[in-house]
Amino acid sequence: MLFYSFFKTLTGKEVTVELKNDLAITGILHSVDQYLNIKLNEIKVVDEAKHPHLLAVKNCFIRGSVVRYIQLPQDAVDTDLLHDATRREARNAA
Amino acid sequence: MKRTASERDGGGRRETGLSAYVGSAISIITNDGRHILGTLKGFDQVQNLVIEGSRERVYSPDEGVETLELGLYLMRGDCIAVVGELDEEADAEIDLPSLKAHPIGDVLH
Repeated sequence: MLFYSFFKTLTGKEVTVELKNDLAITGILHSVDQYLNIKLNEIKVVDEAKHPHLLAVKNCFIRGSVVRYIQLPQDAVDTDLLHDATRREARNAA
Repeated sequence: MKRTASERDGGGRRETGLSAYVGSAISIITNDGRHILGTLKGFDQVQNLVIEGSRERVYSPDEGVETLELGLYLMRGDCIAVVGELDEEADAEIDLPSLKAHPIGDVLH
C-alpha cells in the first residue's frame, strides 16, 4: 500500500511510464489504484515517429501489470521521507 | 457537444477505472502488440472488456496500415496493456494508407 499512497501524492505531475513492450508514454498522472493501474492525461508517446499508434489518443488507462518503470519528477519526491517509510514498512512486515 | 472522459470525471474523486470511457471510442494495445479500436460497451474489475464494432489496425514498415473489421469482441483483461480514449476527429485526420510503422512489440514480463 505504500507505493499506492506514494503515487497518489504524485497526481497532477508529469511522469513517463515505460511499458514492458518498450513503449514509453509521457503524460500528466491523473490517478492510480491499488494494482498500480495508471491513468494519464495529455499523453505523448516518447518516440512518436516509431510508434504512431496512439496519435489520436489524449488520455489513457495503463494496466499496472505491463508497467516496467515510471520516471518521476525529481522535485516532487522526498526521497528521505520515502526511504524512512519503506524501512518502517519492512520492519513492520518482519 | 459530447464531453470527453477527462471532463466527465474532472470533478469529485479521481477514478482509475474505465467507467469514464464506457460508450466512447477507444484504442487498445494488447500484450501481443495488436492495436484494436472500437466502442467500449462494458468492463469489469480485471479489465475484461466488451468492444462493439471493433477493428484491428495492422502496421507494417513497407506498406500502409491495413484495417480488419472484427465486430463484437470480448477481450480478456490480462492480455490488455493500454486503453486509450480515441479522439475521433484527430483519428480521421491520420492518413492511414501512407502511415508506415513497425508493429508494437510483445509485452515481455
